[in-house]
Amino acid sequence: MHGVVQAIILGVLIGGVYALMASGLTLVFGIMRVINVAQGALVILAAYLSYALFSHAHVDPFLSVLVVTPAMFVLGVLVQIVFVRSLRGSDSEELSLLVTWALALGIEGVLSVIFKTTYRATSPSYADKTLTVFGYQFGFVRLMAFILSGVLLLLLSLLLTRTRFGRAVRATVQNPTAATLLGVDANRVQTLSFGLGVSMAAAAGAVYGVIYPFNPGSHYDLISRLLSIVVLGGLGSLGGAVVAALVMGVTEAVVAVEWQPTWASFSYFIVLIAVLLVRPQGIFGVRERAL
Amino acid sequence: MTRNGLLRATVFLAIGIAFPFVFSPAWLVNIGVLTLMYAALATSWNLFSGYTGYITLGQVAFFGLGAYTLAITFEHYGIGAGYNPFYVLPLVGAGVAFASLPVAWIALRTRAMTFAIVTLTLLFIVQQLAFNLHSVTHGSSGLMVPTPTTFGVDTYDNPFYFAMLGILCIALLLCWGTLRSKLGLMLLAIREDEEKARGLGIRVTGAKLIAWWLHVFVTAMVGAVWAYYLTFIYPESSVDPLVMIGAVLMTFLGGRGTLWGPVIGALVLVPAQQYMLLHLGGSQLYLVGYSAVFVVVLLVLPRGILPSLRDGVLRTRERRRTRRLEATTS
Amino acid sequence: MSALLEVEGLTKRFGGVTAVNACSFAVPEGSVTALVGPNGSGKTTAFNLITGYARADAGVVRFAGATVRRPDPVRLSRTGLTRTFQQARIFADLTLVENMVAALQQPWRSAFRTAVRGHEKARALELLEEFGLTRLARERAGNLSYGQKKLLEFAAVLMGEPRLVLLDEPTAGVNPVLVEQIEERIRELNARGLTFLVVEHNMNLVMRLCNPVVVLAQGTKLAEGHPDEVRNDSRVLDAYLGG
Repeated sequence: MHGVVQAIILGVLIGGVYALMASGLTLVFGIMRVINVAQGALVILAAYLSYALFSHAHVDPFLSVLVVTPAMFVLGVLVQIVFVRSLRGSDSEELSLLVTWALALGIEGVLSVIFKTTYRATSPSYADKTLTVFGYQFGFVRLMAFILSGVLLLLLSLLLTRTRFGRAVRATVQNPTAATLLGVDANRVQTLSFGLGVSMAAAAGAVYGVIYPFNPGSHYDLISRLLSIVVLGGLGSLGGAVVAALVMGVTEAVVAVEWQPTWASFSYFIVLIAVLLVRPQGIFGVRERAL
Repeated sequence: MTRNGLLRATVFLAIGIAFPFVFSPAWLVNIGVLTLMYAALATSWNLFSGYTGYITLGQVAFFGLGAYTLAITFEHYGIGAGYNPFYVLPLVGAGVAFASLPVAWIALRTRAMTFAIVTLTLLFIVQQLAFNLHSVTHGSSGLMVPTPTTFGVDTYDNPFYFAMLGILCIALLLCWGTLRSKLGLMLLAIREDEEKARGLGIRVTGAKLIAWWLHVFVTAMVGAVWAYYLTFIYPESSVDPLVMIGAVLMTFLGGRGTLWGPVIGALVLVPAQQYMLLHLGGSQLYLVGYSAVFVVVLLVLPRGILPSLRDGVLRTRERRRTRRLEATTS
Repeated sequence: MSALLEVEGLTKRFGGVTAVNACSFAVPEGSVTALVGPNGSGKTTAFNLITGYARADAGVVRFAGATVRRPDPVRLSRTGLTRTFQQARIFADLTLVENMVAALQQPWRSAFRTAVRGHEKARALELLEEFGLTRLARERAGNLSYGQKKLLEFAAVLMGEPRLVLLDEPTAGVNPVLVEQIEERIRELNARGLTFLVVEHNMNLVMRLCNPVVVLAQGTKLAEGHPDEVRNDSRVLDAYLGG
């Protein structure tokens, strides 16, 4: 029993971080129907940035979030303007899928050239510290990462519900044409949201590197998880992404403990297929029925 | 079949058959094998995704399944060397295709973008299975396929070349046949407006599943030949996202929904890809180069070579016509 | 005249809004029945419920005497109930003939036969002729004008030889000449035994063409009967002119 509860704790902690990464992905889809397959690669890029800052300037990874996040926001905006915005036409959704995939490959390539393919890990002094509460272990870094994710997700939801920008975003999600007619600059909303989505992943990435060792090829593992999470939660649903991330995180951890670690990541896909059997639109997704 | 179409097919076949005899250095025939392989993959991808409008990103999963099926069958049933494995190909293809139907049925209940992601997930699932099912696949240590010793040193690549050529021809015939049949009509209707098609009584799910079966059938056979060619397969090489992305890119480059587009895309990109591998492979810059080509193709020629050419021809004809009209009226 | 289509107690809620509220009416066989009402009265929703494009929260649909357990567009079209859409839905990349032939119910064994076979093409051309679209037969459907697309959609649903056709605002956004053409088609086909249920806003057309007329307001049936009766019903006047 103890082992299962411990696994659940572990799953929730890592699930929170995945939720942060996935939130950006699903938000961008909701606004412009673009699946940013490069999200995983951008997380890894952020991990490398944080790693470099730590190794060369001794900047604490959690502090580096303050630097990495804005930097990646700018990168996200540039990417959207250069690559995504120029895609027009009825194929733009599929094309964006492929273009962002190409981008992911490019990022992987560049990172491989600079950092080689050896696994890295950002290791501050507290990397192995654990807290024990009621007999259960909480990895210090994982806990901090979870709290960071929670705070950022809360800020994101406040941004979306309380600010003018957030209203513009939600209007664009519901009806881009109507939103434009009401004075919302759809282009700007899309660009800024894309940047926002990327910066969310970046914040997670900055601390991800302390939890897991990574190399340029790690983005495949990440994106496969993130895509499963986003589809499970329902494409475009922020709440769905958070719930799905926690569900997946817990499932993976429990499978790893109760069965075998090698099957843990596989459980993601099984859960996804199982849910899609019953609800093709995901947990919180909307069944699209053209009338 | 139009006379032009017949002509094109004959020329293609003639060149295809003559190639390994005219250009006999092994490395050239090797590029030929790879080009035909990608052409077959791209064509079968087009058969499904080009006609139904459902983008599948999991094709290489079935490539890998075909490869592993052949290798595992070898291990347990000793097909023997030489040409025997080639005779087993249709069985491998059909087997994998039937096995894929349940998953396809689940996936096809989702809409376009979700479908793309679910098929992509399939890719990761199969790769993970290849790693995990150690007893069957030997996991990351890889699986060996006996080397055919009867193929001769100088012409070793030739049987594989012709096997790939054969599969490509099958793929092209399937594409051509589908387009001309009621199945093709149904698929195009589905692509245009699936809900309306259902409302008219068109058996949408069945049509999609048939197109799916056909494309997996071809893909698995290609994978099996590839496994035999390499004689050694392992999870990362058998289910390689780069192979999948390559096939999709070639289809887009050549022109989705056209018959010869994917072949042309392969003819352009495979030699380029091999060149990049040769000169940049060691330094991982290969990935950067590849992604750059990818992005350029998608942004500059989103409709592909063939449709753009056709438009260009039409436009020149229009211009000539208006110029002639202007000349006569002035 | 027996009822070809019967709707009883049909209800549909969207969140807090009840779009269709215990709606009941009947479409007599061989008639051209109109379904009218002010905006927001639930006409299109009722259409969607009957034809299976939305799921009803309550109520029964009976077609040709048999209860339709869970309306589904595919099964309904095979039993002879078909519909058109407000925004004409056709297959843009296919030619007109291909659009027509695609609408034919096909058994499985024909999947591998030629896309457009001789007799199918002949029938398609026959129908296109009736709708005045023959010279465009080999044209790409996406190149048609809006009105022509509506005609094509109408013609296509006839390929399956249905018993009942539900027309969703067939004359909306269409020029007067085309309106006449559509009216002629409906009359002709009705004379040959085809039953229609038409959602319409063009009241002149309705009064000329349809009997009975079913009036909906706020999701329920307000009146049902001969156009003259309905026209003079005070409740109907109230609903349209506001109270």
